[in-house]
Amino acid sequence: MSGDASIIYRAEPEEARIIQPLDAMTLIYQRRSGITHIVAEPVPEILAAMGDDAITAQRLAVKLAESFDLGSEGDAIAVIAERLAELAGLGLVEQVSPPDA
Amino acid sequence: MHEFRVTVGPASFRLLSQWAKPIEQMRALYGAYPTPQIPDFTVRLEAVSLLRRFIRPSAAIDGDYMLPDAAPLPLAQGLLALEMGMNLQMALGWRRQMILHASAVERGGKALIMTGESGSGKSTLSALLGINGWRFMGDEFALVDPQSLEAVPYPRLISLKNEAVAAMQAAAPHAQFGPLMKATPKGDIRHMVPPAAAIARMAERAKPALLLFPRFGHEPAIREMRPSETFMRLTQASTNYVALGEAGFEALTKFVQDVPARAIDYRSGEEAIELVEQLWEELA
Amino acid sequence: MSDAMLLVTALRDPQSVAALDADGWTTLLTMARAEVLIGALAIRLDGQRVPDGVAAILGDAKINSAYQRKAALWEANRAAAALAGYDGRVVLMKGTAYVAANMRAGEGRSIGDLDIMVAEEDLREVEKMLLAAGWEWVKEDEYDDAYYREHMHELPPLIHRTRDRMIDVHHTILPKTARPMPDAKAMSDAAVRLSPFQEGGLEEGLYTFSPEDMFIHSAAHLIADGDLAGGLRNLWDMHCLLTAFTAADAAYWTQLKQRAAHHQLFPAVSRAVRLAQYLYGTDIPADWRGISAADRLFIHRLTARNGRGQQTRKFTRFAFYIRSHLLRMPPLMLAKHLWTKWRKGN
Repeated sequence: MSGDASIIYRAEPEEARIIQPLDAMTLIYQRRSGITHIVAEPVPEILAAMGDDAITAQRLAVKLAESFDLGSEGDAIAVIAERLAELAGLGLVEQVSPPDA
Repeated sequence: MHEFRVTVGPASFRLLSQWAKPIEQMRALYGAYPTPQIPDFTVRLEAVSLLRRFIRPSAAIDGDYMLPDAAPLPLAQGLLALEMGMNLQMALGWRRQMILHASAVERGGKALIMTGESGSGKSTLSALLGINGWRFMGDEFALVDPQSLEAVPYPRLISLKNEAVAAMQAAAPHAQFGPLMKATPKGDIRHMVPPAAAIARMAERAKPALLLFPRFGHEPAIREMRPSETFMRLTQASTNYVALGEAGFEALTKFVQDVPARAIDYRSGEEAIELVEQLWEELA
Repeated sequence: MSDAMLLVTALRDPQSVAALDADGWTTLLTMARAEVLIGALAIRLDGQRVPDGVAAILGDAKINSAYQRKAALWEANRAAAALAGYDGRVVLMKGTAYVAANMRAGEGRSIGDLDIMVAEEDLREVEKMLLAAGWEWVKEDEYDDAYYREHMHELPPLIHRTRDRMIDVHHTILPKTARPMPDAKAMSDAAVRLSPFQEGGLEEGLYTFSPEDMFIHSAAHLIADGDLAGGLRNLWDMHCLLTAFTAADAAYWTQLKQRAAHHQLFPAVSRAVRLAQYLYGTDIPADWRGISAADRLFIHRLTARNGRGQQTRKFTRFAFYIRSHLLRMPPLMLAKHLWTKWRKGN
């Protein structure tokens, strides 16, 4: 399921998870499900950048580019859109609007 | 039904059997252990059918916690069936400490934890170290307190398989051994009673100072393991990590950051002990 | 040799445990585990003085039910997310419904699979959405698959690929082959929308049965569907449901009677009420009372557990096992089903 860059997502509030960076990976304990996720970049960065905002992959790419080197804009948006779709499947973020037809 | 009760570390069991022999064997081997008033778990050995109670007797393992498709064992392996039943209760039902599929030994108030698959040699290593200056804490499950992160002793009968049987009998000729059970689902098995000190001191906890991932049958080698890899391996090695929820998460993340971890390869008990002593000196 | 009345008494009257000695406690706890009621017992014994060893065991039971509750609510959350595009009603059933609606019946409860009910004509659509969201089929046998779809009241079981948890999708509450024919559409129409409660708020868009239908479902599940294994637990659910519903609504008994009759389930419901009263002391009106000889047989079967955790009373249990198959399938079908299964096994 590849992501659509115009879908709007919102992350769970910060209190909903515990983030523990280790060396190569970051651990995310999701309080609501009791599930521990083991993730690599750019997932922790995406979640941090989302804050409380409802946001699209497109806008996230712009936001993240301020602090990180993301390579080509098109690639970055595609990668972020895919990660967001995965995170939605896991329930760490939720979709707040349907994609444009 | 025949009954035997035993306390091992923080956990206690009531063992019930339709046949007397496995219970007698248990009583002989666990003789030095305390007896509980109110056991934490019940394990039952029952005949598969009325006929099979007497003809080629076959014992099904049941209890408070059970696996629905567990295969029955021949009565001659009744002792093994009871031990497996006890393992099952802990693996499925224990919540007071985090359970790791690991062995543990102690020296100077600090614990060495060794984790790995069946065949890694963790049981045999713990038995060997237990007669070479270390206090045996357990061979199958290491229990870690989620608040203090101390290792809690759980010194069950040591389960020796195949070549390890003869090796330990040679190394510890005065130790007490159970019956030799041939051709079990896990090969030839013989149980060894832990050293008296291990039993006497089963309430003494120890802070883990080193975590090893041993691998038997390879050229001696040491590899550092980073916390992220260790974390992944330990969640796979734990039967109750998920059920402990946030407390389990906090405990395990602290554990992998506080306790140095190494993967070691070895070809013999002697080589293993050398590697252990070297790493203990360096890191513990 | 004691039977499970020891457990029933402890649930009904928690103070009675003060009289237990060590062996009595061992018996009680073993029975409670065997009847999957140790979580409920732990809740009921809150505040009672118990020996230290017992407190530790009950503490573990509370950890377990808290975990199961969390996992069950998460499965409901994921199902709701997967079915966000489905415009029919998704009705939560059994334990998940009780915890989602914050009911006493959910306290300390053991919860396994997620059970949901949707409209029969929407099964295919719902199936597709769940498969797209990561669930996959459990049963691989084609015969069982066809049997499930045509004759049972659910899709073949689905299990989630990564979370390893099962979901059972029903379209009614009893097998289509069973004789009482409850009105599933009416149950769905009368279903109550969940409101988010304090623990993180479950999704809107999920429903539970109305108070009458919730009890009727539980009674049907026990009496008309099953061989009574786990019956003490079901009846504890029912006792909790009745206590809560009758306290909230004085007209509940009348409504329950009417509704049960509508679903052709009054015999099962009235029996369940009598059994709950007999065992757990539920407060029931005079016109619902009166234990029959058949009821006593049910009680005999329900309490067939000893202090070692074994099921006792073989013949009674066997009689109920056969009964449960007869209830699910007309005799000719049962014969055909068993014949086909036997042929496959050879």
